[in-house]
Amino acid sequence: MKAQRLGAWIAIAIGASYFIIPLLGTLEFSLRMRRGAYSFDAYESVFADLQFRETFGYSMLMAVLTIAFGMLLVVPTAYWVRLRLPQVRPIVEFVTLLPLVIPAIVIVFGYLRLYNSSSILPLTGSTSGTNALLMFSYMTLSLPYMYRAVDTAMRAIDVRTLTEAAESLGAKWPTILFRCIFPNVMSGVLSGAFITFAIVMGEFTMAALLNRPAFGPYLQLVGANKAYEPSALAVIAFAITWLSMGLIQLVSRFQKSASPKA
Amino acid sequence: MAFLTLTNIQKSFGLVQVVHNFNMGIEKGEFVSFLGPSGCGKTTILRMIAGFETPSGGSVVINGKDQGALKPNQRNIGMVFQAYALFPNMNVHDNVAFGLKVAGASKTDIDIRVKQMLGLIKLEHLADRFPYQLSGGQQQRVALARALAVKPQVLLLDEPLSALDAKIRISLREEIRQIQQQLGITTVFVTHDQEEALSISDRIVVMNAGRADQIGTPFEIYNTPATRFVASFVGTLNIIEGKVADPATGAVTIGGQRIALKEPIAGLKGGDSISLALRPEAASIAEGSKGDTSLPGEVVSTSFLGSVIRTKLRVGDDVISFDMFNDPGITPPVAGENVSLRFAAKDLLVIRE
Ligand SMILES: Nc1ncnc2c1ncn2[C@@H]1O[C@H](COP(=O)(O)OP(=O)(O)OP(=O)(O)O)[C@@H](O)[C@H]1O
Ligand SMILES: [Mg+2]
Repeated sequence: MKAQRLGAWIAIAIGASYFIIPLLGTLEFSLRMRRGAYSFDAYESVFADLQFRETFGYSMLMAVLTIAFGMLLVVPTAYWVRLRLPQVRPIVEFVTLLPLVIPAIVIVFGYLRLYNSSSILPLTGSTSGTNALLMFSYMTLSLPYMYRAVDTAMRAIDVRTLTEAAESLGAKWPTILFRCIFPNVMSGVLSGAFITFAIVMGEFTMAALLNRPAFGPYLQLVGANKAYEPSALAVIAFAITWLSMGLIQLVSRFQKSASPKA
Repeated sequence: MAFLTLTNIQKSFGLVQVVHNFNMGIEKGEFVSFLGPSGCGKTTILRMIAGFETPSGGSVVINGKDQGALKPNQRNIGMVFQAYALFPNMNVHDNVAFGLKVAGASKTDIDIRVKQMLGLIKLEHLADRFPYQLSGGQQQRVALARALAVKPQVLLLDEPLSALDAKIRISLREEIRQIQQQLGITTVFVTHDQEEALSISDRIVVMNAGRADQIGTPFEIYNTPATRFVASFVGTLNIIEGKVADPATGAVTIGGQRIALKEPIAGLKGGDSISLALRPEAASIAEGSKGDTSLPGEVVSTSFLGSVIRTKLRVGDDVISFDMFNDPGITPPVAGENVSLRFAAKDLLVIRE
């Protein structure tokens, strides 16, 4: 028993060091821009870079839009499938998993063929069109996580009976969806949202090939051209990711105390 | 015309017909129970009244208005579900207020009505609780208040008590009945518990495989079951097989013994098989007990049920059970004992198949 526990701790320690040492290394390196002393010069340089602010803001905006439109697509879909079309659920699940199987680069070349400036729907012909296309591609990328998170949250409540209860009380479907269903799957919606946020902030392929000023390509650019800033950026990106994860935890705990089923 | 009229209701799911030609009129303020085994179509009929299923044929008319073209949210029908189905994100007050809010009532009206409803179910003090902070019985009472808050034309309850434990089940069913009478609301209650149906209903519909076998008051259903199914499902009636001796005088033979029933037997001729029912409490093996008829039998088993002792007896080819009141002064019969079962011939009921 004791030995087993010790073994477990050793395993955890090895795993943690595999993860923590490079991180500490990166952090330490990012602080060494000034010769002979630790400083936040690299971070200052990053934050002072106009491009950093632009790309970061752009990606943030894209992430928010992706989350909003993604949820408007995913929640009603998952709801409808659970309520009315349970037999097509395996198909829908399969479709939502496709983005995990098909490489982003394949998807983006497909987009470029379908929506190029000489096609019927020339989305890439204008900046706003390309932005929309990029957002749709982010929605596609985050679909597996969003759908799963929302669907799991829906499993925890009896969607069908709740819908019928609301209907018998005279409610129409927008009321049912936004007052009775959405709030009860909020934990799923939020964890889907944070994962989406993390994906969008770091995504490179789509943004680079659609030639949009996103954070992912900027990271790559800085990585190729500077010494200390990339480490600082890595640490920042890492902090954002952890913040998202922490928020997921917080929200799901909050949800639990508001309703044990969710 | 009755307040709620179901005419020739049919329902098929694919090729399977689960409700056959269901006809019934329910009066305003009446409490009707649908009683039947699992899968007999009780829920399906209820859902057709509520509008969640569309009948394959027939019509649902409430208060003179055909409901066929109305969606569930246009029918103003209160529904209480087995699984409570309270909205987890709303507290008790908001759950009860939901239907009123949807209907666009003013905040003051809502607060007055919600208070009134919570008073009815005696849960005023829990208005701020969320569903997960309530016991099952409390949740179901809130669900009842929520359904009643909008003053529905008809209240439908689908096995509202089956998720609760025995004690709460009994107290809550009495509470439901009392609230129903107080409000005078037309109510359809679905259950597969015969005692529940007998104890709280004005009328009972005994359902068997998508058909109504019998519709009647609890007294009629229990004492004069129309079919063998009703006889065996409601109460624990004993079925004794016999042969018709003389239909004109109502004479039958059971185990070689000639017994005169209380009335002539219609539709059967001499020598036909006949099923007769005997209620457990109408028979006795005690010496000197009432009854003009006795049949010899052998005790199979005895079980102690508290206030009564139920004994199973083999008479001819049939096993009959009967009850006697528990009495410390008597010794219960033991298995293998030969006894004679006494009863009054007039208590034998002719059962149609
Ligand atoms: N949506 C459906 N699709 C196909 N068959 C169904 C559907 N709903 C019910 N049935 C079938 O109809 C029959 C009657 O079902 P119903 O739910 O009305 O029974 P019930 O009397 O309420 O039973 P229980 O006491 O178990 O609730 C059952 O055989 C059931 O399998
Ligand atoms: Mg049912």
